[in-house]
Amino acid sequence: MVAERRGAAVEIVALQKEFASGQARIAAIENIDLAVAPGEFVCIVGPSGCGKSTLLRILAGLDRQTGGTIKVEAAGWAVENAMVFQESGLFPWMDVETNVRFGLMTRGVAAAEAAERVDAALKLVGLTKFRHHYPHQLSGGMRQRGAIARAFVTDPGMLLMDEPFAALDAQNRVILQAELVRIWEQTGKTVIYVTHSIEEALLLGDRTVIMTAHPGRIKQVIDVPFAHPRNLVTLSASPEFGRLKLDIWHVLEEEVMRARAEAEG
Amino acid sequence: MMSLPAKWRERLLYLISPIGLLVVWQILLVLGFGDRRFIPAPSDIAVRFARLVASGELEWHVLVTLYRVFVGFLVGSVPAVAMGLLMAMFKPVRIFADPLIAALFPIPKIALMPLLLLAFGFGDASKIALVAIAVFFPVTVNTYTGAANIEKIYWDVAKNYGASQTVLFTRVVFFGALPMIFAGLRIALAVSFIVLVASEFVASKTGIGYLIWNSWELLQVDVMFVGIVTIGILGLITSVVFQEIERLVIPWKAE
Repeated sequence: MVAERRGAAVEIVALQKEFASGQARIAAIENIDLAVAPGEFVCIVGPSGCGKSTLLRILAGLDRQTGGTIKVEAAGWAVENAMVFQESGLFPWMDVETNVRFGLMTRGVAAAEAAERVDAALKLVGLTKFRHHYPHQLSGGMRQRGAIARAFVTDPGMLLMDEPFAALDAQNRVILQAELVRIWEQTGKTVIYVTHSIEEALLLGDRTVIMTAHPGRIKQVIDVPFAHPRNLVTLSASPEFGRLKLDIWHVLEEEVMRARAEAEG
Repeated sequence: MMSLPAKWRERLLYLISPIGLLVVWQILLVLGFGDRRFIPAPSDIAVRFARLVASGELEWHVLVTLYRVFVGFLVGSVPAVAMGLLMAMFKPVRIFADPLIAALFPIPKIALMPLLLLAFGFGDASKIALVAIAVFFPVTVNTYTGAANIEKIYWDVAKNYGASQTVLFTRVVFFGALPMIFAGLRIALAVSFIVLVASEFVASKTGIGYLIWNSWELLQVDVMFVGIVTIGILGLITSVVFQEIERLVIPWKAE
């Protein structure tokens, strides 16, 4: 079953972020224009240093841009966004349940309602049995599920994910990708997902945004034609998937080569 | 031994080194190394120990010393934790407090005893104040270091989830710093015994420090050793109790 698509709409116009490096100013991202529709799952891929994480941090309100605007239309959502970090970022001193409740506690949600929503979020990611475990007692995959539950419980208009499965082993990654797609299909929220893996971008997203490095710009946006609900395993074995992966690789390869040529002067 | 849970076995292992030391000490003296009038054997000390306990004298000194350590420790460490956390969270506090701490930390705290006697008199208050001052610095520095070294990702998470300053303080910074706070408290506990006993040498008619100094003046070497051993035992017991508290308070710390 695929839920109605709903979630925040995002409009990014001429976004720019410069860092000071001694006397010089270095542009981490430059001239980013991107519109994301409600309920869309957008993946951002690019070589390391292309500023994809910077873009996400600005969207999350953790960094400020030095130019351009971001408009987020998140009417009807409890919060604008919630971020899932690469290393889960679950607080080691809270058990899973308290971690998940954190986003509700900071916003003063009443205890009874919070308990209900925490239960639902834990169920969604399959951690109900482990609610009283501390993060160090869990596997990497379970910690990431906890982080996803913590993000979902706040009922955000969009989910910002910064390579959330990059640190997992291959099997766990496949399982969690499938779960994320299932959860997304159930909730229909907007997701902006940063990854360095072309394959992951194609498996999960509706669109793939390819970024270039130094400075980070959008090189190309590719529509991913695969219908939902998706079976990630059969999808990844299909010839169309392979073709698309190769196309994107050619675009990226050009970028990687250019970056290397630049570096060698 | 084998049927004991691993946890208790580990705790019993803690007793091996102190007991071993006593056994070697006794054997050396029985074999005639050293003059037992000046260096009593553990058995001589034990006899004197038993007599002092029977008379109630030792218990009284122990109680007095423990009371001063306990109160001084609390009075010093609670504001120290608050100060360390505030320093980590607010730059102006850090800029204000840093040079003061740098200047005052290295002063041997026992050097303040005459001043404290002037301020608080000859009773418990002056000793408690000394312990509190001595405890304050290591706990502040450790708390600040612990809070300042909380990984960036936890600040990011707190910010992304809209944490207020209060929530940041009570749910993130405090707990994030807690392992280092405990490390500081353990150092502070040892420091409190050190400064307190030294102050009881000169400025008290009660406490273990007084017992030791008084027996030196009366040349009762065995009583002197009872005092020294008693401090060691108190240090050991408080340290074990402390570890238990730490286990309870920091359950997320990997064993």
